[in-house]
Amino acid sequence: MDLARKLAILADAAKYDASCASGGTTKRDSIGGRGIGSTEGAICHSYAPDGRCISLLKILLTNACAFDCLYCVNRSSSNVPRARFTVEEVVELTIDFYRRNYIEGLFLSSGIIRSPDYTMSEVVRVARTLREEHDFRGYIHLKTIPDASGDLLAEAGRYADRLSINIELPTEAGLTALAPEKDARAIRRSMGRMRGHIDAAKEDSKAPAFAPGGQSTQMIVGADATDDRQILATSAGLYGSYRLRRVYYSAFSPIPDASRRLPPVAPPLVREHRLYQADWLMRFYGFDVEEIVEGEEGNLALDIDPKLAWALRHRERFPLDVNKASREELLRVPGLGKKAVERLLSARRVRAIRTADLGRLRVPLAKALPFLVLPDHSPGGLIDRIDLRQRLAPPRQLALPF
Amino acid sequence: MHAVVLPGETDFAGFRAVARDLLARAVPPERVSFSVKGGEAPDLFAGAAEPLPPPVPAAPLAVPRGFLTLAETVVLHRDPERFARLYRLVWRLRAEPQLMRVAVDPDVAELEAMAKAVRRDVHKMRAFVRFRRSELSGEPWFVAWFEPDHRIVAANAPFFMRRFASMRWSILMPDAAVHWDGEGLAFGPGSRRADAPTDDALEALWRGYYSSIFNPARLKVGAMRAEMPEKYWRNLPEAPLIRPLIAAAQRRSEAMVETGPSAPNPRPHRPHAAAAAVPAEAGTLYALAAEAAGCRACPLWEPATQTVFGEGRAQAALMVVGEQPGDQEDIAGRPFVGPAGQLFDRALEEAGVDRDGLYVTNAVKHFKFVPRGKRRIHQKPATGEVRACQPWLKREIALVRPRLILAMGATAALSVLGRPVPVGQSRGRVIEGPNGTAVLVTVHPSHLLRLPDAAAKAAEYAAFVDDLRLAGEMVSG
Repeated sequence: MDLARKLAILADAAKYDASCASGGTTKRDSIGGRGIGSTEGAICHSYAPDGRCISLLKILLTNACAFDCLYCVNRSSSNVPRARFTVEEVVELTIDFYRRNYIEGLFLSSGIIRSPDYTMSEVVRVARTLREEHDFRGYIHLKTIPDASGDLLAEAGRYADRLSINIELPTEAGLTALAPEKDARAIRRSMGRMRGHIDAAKEDSKAPAFAPGGQSTQMIVGADATDDRQILATSAGLYGSYRLRRVYYSAFSPIPDASRRLPPVAPPLVREHRLYQADWLMRFYGFDVEEIVEGEEGNLALDIDPKLAWALRHRERFPLDVNKASREELLRVPGLGKKAVERLLSARRVRAIRTADLGRLRVPLAKALPFLVLPDHSPGGLIDRIDLRQRLAPPRQLALPF
Repeated sequence: MHAVVLPGETDFAGFRAVARDLLARAVPPERVSFSVKGGEAPDLFAGAAEPLPPPVPAAPLAVPRGFLTLAETVVLHRDPERFARLYRLVWRLRAEPQLMRVAVDPDVAELEAMAKAVRRDVHKMRAFVRFRRSELSGEPWFVAWFEPDHRIVAANAPFFMRRFASMRWSILMPDAAVHWDGEGLAFGPGSRRADAPTDDALEALWRGYYSSIFNPARLKVGAMRAEMPEKYWRNLPEAPLIRPLIAAAQRRSEAMVETGPSAPNPRPHRPHAAAAAVPAEAGTLYALAAEAAGCRACPLWEPATQTVFGEGRAQAALMVVGEQPGDQEDIAGRPFVGPAGQLFDRALEEAGVDRDGLYVTNAVKHFKFVPRGKRRIHQKPATGEVRACQPWLKREIALVRPRLILAMGATAALSVLGRPVPVGQSRGRVIEGPNGTAVLVTVHPSHLLRLPDAAAKAAEYAAFVDDLRLAGEMVSG
């Protein structure tokens, strides 16, 4: 099989992993080295028409897999064509792509072949060759294989900027039903081990480096009946327990050669988007899970974003005076982002904020003003109008021909 | 009107010197026009330029750092009005020294927007430059053609140098070029698109990757265009695929749904048979720990990482029971390794008790917590959870058969004795426990960590060491 065919199969097999992040690691460059590569900010070198950033060469080492996870295109019972890269092919492809400025580095995952340790050692060998033989200083993200040995994990952490292992489904029952060979407990233990290594490397500057870009995970949304409350609770637990940099939500997408037991429907993209917004509210805006999902019968509203939904449920807290409200209060105003809030706080120490000022911060006025009081604006009875939700919910967007 | 000629399009130091001079002469912004030496636009007022007024004595002007960093970026913008805008802002800063903090001010907002446009251009150049392999005197040379919006070449070249240090490369642009030969950066004049190589054999692979990584079931063309505007497409080797991929996406996606499920692969990949794990010998602590690893007797197992079972000497004379594992114990899978465990170790040493001779465990074997951001807040286990976990402790006691059990804290005492006891009043004396085993009660070491008052902490710690010493003496000899 030629390289182009292998690349087509093994990139196709990797595309259901949403993560393509290449930031948050130690700053490096290739000055004084034998090779190439640097890590300065996260750069997306291209975008596919699915809206996703292409930052890394995201591939599987092989899509042969002994596991039969029903949601996965590479499951053992699927009829997709199989391929396997040699270690040298992946290394060369990474360097060749990098030299042309197509990518920030490599995201390498693999189907489980022979044994967890064998698979992991092949993945690690790619990273070792890149780092040691080619002095490659770009970004490397490795998927770790649950149950691989501690030595292999330690080596993976030495070469990789980021490690990840997918929790796959929000509940253990869901995982058992759809991925019988996967062990949710082993996945959690792996996350725990990684956190242990990452913490140790951070606390002791003399300790060997370990995945300075941290760890992340991914959850599939819409492959089973789990509601958003459970999904977000699982995320909150994972962030707290394993200090994950990110939880990625991947709307279950119809795959070629699908299993009979899964819904052959379009992916719930809006739901995925709302989950990301809710995740953001938990991490940066001081919301907790219950506040976000209260009164929503377990699922987030699809027509409006979760912050607006919360504000509409808590109209008694509004309107807020932009010139007096605290940072925490302002962060809860629909349409006000973190940056806008910081700028308002800084500016109001010098002079009063007026409506036109909000416009200059590119705050969406129609969304924010019903919740705010300014010297030249009062929402009047707007906040109590029953139809406020209808007024603020955007009309359904029409798909435009390209 | 005064006409001022600046030394260069992106010469911030030159602008700064001119602006200082204008301020010293108290020239208001509406009375001055800027042009650049050799610049394309001849100044409208050049003919009617007045001589500058003499300097007026004034305190030297200080500007906030925020203005300087903003101005250094803004001078790279292609807008010919940039110097006039910057001068207007620095003029206003004399009377309004806090102005840089007012991001909502129209002048500040406008310059911030210009700086943002420049930063975006810098970022997009880093993203969308595409090198093509060429040769120069028999050596590989990587050459790119790029069309930046602003004058960012000098500012951005060091990035490419740091990234591609061992590579020889050139980036050709309409009004400048930059070259790296492995030793130094060199800047040159602008060139034409046709001067750059037109192909690279590797681009077919890159296009193959681009179309394979795209998921046709989730089309989000708007998101793609927002981040990769069409103006960049003409220099991206993958861009010719965009329209055909979009056109075919709907059909491919519908086909997947229509085709529906298929029969399972008749020859699935099978892993090599793993060596079967040897089960631990029944009736040992190992076997008990293995059994407890799958415990689901209360809901605490699900958010926790793992069961944290007891460990230590199998026939220990002294068994120490704590409340429950904490954050670090949950991660490590071993009891008493976190802050409370470290305090416990120190106190043991002071009491002259060897930890290796002990068996240490907890009343509850999963960590109970609520997540708070990137941390977990410990929660006291409920009585029902203590009761659900009690059989494990009973079986540990039955296997270890200690002469003395030291219960640390109320939860441990409840589980060991089967009834609540007040810790303060019970410590220091032997209580008869299950099957006549002697039990001592003391505080939990985490209690000591939480005491705010240093004197109380020292006193409590000393009392804790005394309890450990007493326990050690009771089982020695």
